[in-house]
Order: sequence, then C-alpha cells, then structure tokens
Amino acid sequence: MITMKMNGVEVKAEEGWTILETAKFYGLEIPTLCHHEGLTPYGACRLCLVEIGEGPRAKLVSSCTYPAEEGLVVHTDTKRVVQARRMMIELMLSVAPYSKTIQDLASKFGVTRMRFKIRNEECILCGLCVRMCEEQMDGKAIGFQNRGYQRKISTPFDLRSEECRLCGGCIYICPACQLRCQGPQAESALCNACLTMDPTCLDYYDELQCWMYDAGRCGTCVREKK
Amino acid sequence: MSVHQLINLEKVQEIVERHGYNKNKLIAILQGIQAVYHYLPAEALKTLSKLLKIPLIDIISVATFYRAFSLTPKGQHVATVCMGTACHVRGAPKILEEFERQLNIRREETTEDGQWSLETVACLGCCAIGPVVVVDGDYHAHTSIRKVPTILNKYRK
Ligand code: SF4
Ligand code: SF4
Ligand code: FES
Ligand code: FES
Repeated sequence: MITMKMNGVEVKAEEGWTILETAKFYGLEIPTLCHHEGLTPYGACRLCLVEIGEGPRAKLVSSCTYPAEEGLVVHTDTKRVVQARRMMIELMLSVAPYSKTIQDLASKFGVTRMRFKIRNEECILCGLCVRMCEEQMDGKAIGFQNRGYQRKISTPFDLRSEECRLCGGCIYICPACQLRCQGPQAESALCNACLTMDPTCLDYYDELQCWMYDAGRCGTCVREKK
Repeated sequence: MSVHQLINLEKVQEIVERHGYNKNKLIAILQGIQAVYHYLPAEALKTLSKLLKIPLIDIISVATFYRAFSLTPKGQHVATVCMGTACHVRGAPKILEEFERQLNIRREETTEDGQWSLETVACLGCCAIGPVVVVDGDYHAHTSIRKVPTILNKYRK
C-alpha cells in the first residue's frame, strides 16, 4: 500500500496505480480525454494535469501516466491546474472546433473564449484510435506519421490498409469524430450552447422531457435564453 | 529515374540478414535500404515488415519521423544546404535561392531528369566553416552564390 496526500486528505493507493486511478477510487474527478480504460495510458491531451509537490517546487504532471508514489502530495484543482486545463481545452478547440466532446469540455470548464487561429484539423493527436486499433482490435492498421506540425494519423502510404478490418473501432473512440450539436448556434469556434441555451420543454413541464436522455445537451430543442 | 523502376528486393533481404534480423536495428536497416535505392521504396518497406515481423505502420512511423529518410525517389545527387543559425546569418538563404535557380526546382524537390534533389538542414554541427553545403556526403565549406555553379559542375558528367 502506498500512502499519499490528495487535496489534503490521506489516501491509500495500491502498487501500480496511477494518480488518476487513485483519485477515481476516492471519487475525485479529474477530467481526461486521451485516457481510456482498457487502453494503455498515453499522456497526450494533458487534460488530466494535477499539481504534485509543494511550494516553489510544485509541478504539473499528467495524472493518467504518473504512478502513485509513497508520500506524494497531490492537488487536483489548484489555480494553476485549472488555468492549464482551460488552456489545453482552448488549444484543442482551435484544432478541432467541430468536436462535441471538446465543446462539452469547454462548457463544463468555463472556457468562453478561444484566442487561437482556427485550424480545423479535426484531429487532436490523442492517439486513442491508434491504441484502439492495436490493443483492442488487433489491427495495427493506423499510426502516427511525420512529426512536429505535420504529424498526422494515417494508414501506410495513405492507402486502404490490408490490416484494417473496417471494424470502426477507431471512429468509435475518436473524440474529434463526434460532430458537435446542430442546435441553434452561431458558426464559431466556441459553441457554449449548453451554457446559454434553454430546453423548450421546460415551458410546458416541470421536468426535462428529453427522449434522447441527454437533458437538452444535444442542442436540438434548445433556444437562446431570454 | 522512373518511380516504377523494378526494384531488386533481394538487396533488402541481404541488408536484413547483415543485421541479424534484429528489430532493434530498424533505423540502421532503413539507412541501408536508403543507401541502395536513394529512397525507401514502398515494396521494400512491405518486405521489410514481413522479414522483421514489425507492423508496416510502425516502420512508416519511423521512416516519416526522420528527415534523413524519404518515401519518394530522390535524385542521383542530393545537395543539402545548411539553414542553421550560423549559416543563415552568413547568407545561406541566398545560396539556397541560387541552387533553386540553377536547378530550376524548389527546396525539397527533385529535378525532372532525376539528377538532383535539393534539401535543407538545420545545422550540421560545423558552423565554423559555414555557410555549408553538402553534396552526396562531401562538405563544401565557405560557400557563396558564386561557388554554386562550380559545386554543381563537379557532379555533372
Ligand atoms: S477500422 Fe481499421 S483502422 Fe480502425 S480500429 Fe478497426 S482495424 Fe483499426
Ligand atoms: S483521429 Fe481521433 S482518436 Fe485518432 S488521434 Fe486524432 S483525435 Fe485522437
Ligand atoms: S488523460 Fe492524461 S494526458 Fe490525456
Ligand atoms: S549552422 Fe550550418 S553548420 Fe551550424
């Protein structure tokens, strides 16, 4: 058993756990994007950042890859963490503004501005698809290519891969492939509709009547708040 | 040089054998293949994937990561102009432009007759002799615009 301090509370982690797993065990929520149970941690999106250590030597690490250590002091929601998290969301938005997952994160964490040039690359290089293909679908059909700003996901020679079984696992898991809601919204990098919109059914009923079980979050029935 | 030239895949086998079918020597093997064909032909990589039992996509990831490897055919001669800081301030951009003019191609391109490829690199580690141009592995020190035709002629038969 490893004993650590998380947000001031003493917690116990099992050998081999990461900070994220420990936090989850204790019901502490840390947002993640490139992390998926059943796939190896990858540490690409930096959304799961937490602060470890104290004072001037405290630093940000990705909790999904950082192993639990004896005596570690972890803070999951410091000012620095929240700011870094917002920045990551903002950066991902600039790359894939059409992703519902990222738009939802923006609304959830109060990201209400996007100061970067929109690049519309529709891939945040989280590597989920690559790991899905290799680890769960036994495919090894897609992977990272090039480097730096030219880095991309593709099949060998950008052709239909002989290894691909068209299982669709890569599309299923991709956070950027899920298109953002098509409710009433302006064409902008930032949707924030769930913050400013109002489901219409509440005019008639006391409770949300969402038959999509999405509480108006899909944006279809909502209109701008008066 | 035609893109569809028949390639002799036995060479790939030879190179892999020389490295004892060792997966860890992938980069050395790729360098060997590139030395033979002047680039990494798709067929060679597919064969390599089978011989080394490495998924093709992993080989592609490595091959596209390093600037030293090329998936498209390169010219018979490769001129590499250093654009590192030291060479840059001593006029490398002008020298590169001169190469572009003389060869009538842009950087990172190959002439139609397949004779020349023009590349750039960020510092070769010999800034003292800059601006540096490397042609087929030979270093040309203290180059200038005027020396460009001389350098090119040296390699023209
Ligand atoms: S559809 Fe093809 S590329 Fe995608 S996970 Fe399945 S095998 Fe891999
Ligand atoms: S295609 Fe999707 S899952 Fe794959 S790296 Fe890009 S964003 Fe992630
Ligand atoms: S979830 Fe940890 S870096 Fe993406
Ligand atoms: S900058 Fe050209 S060799 Fe260093």
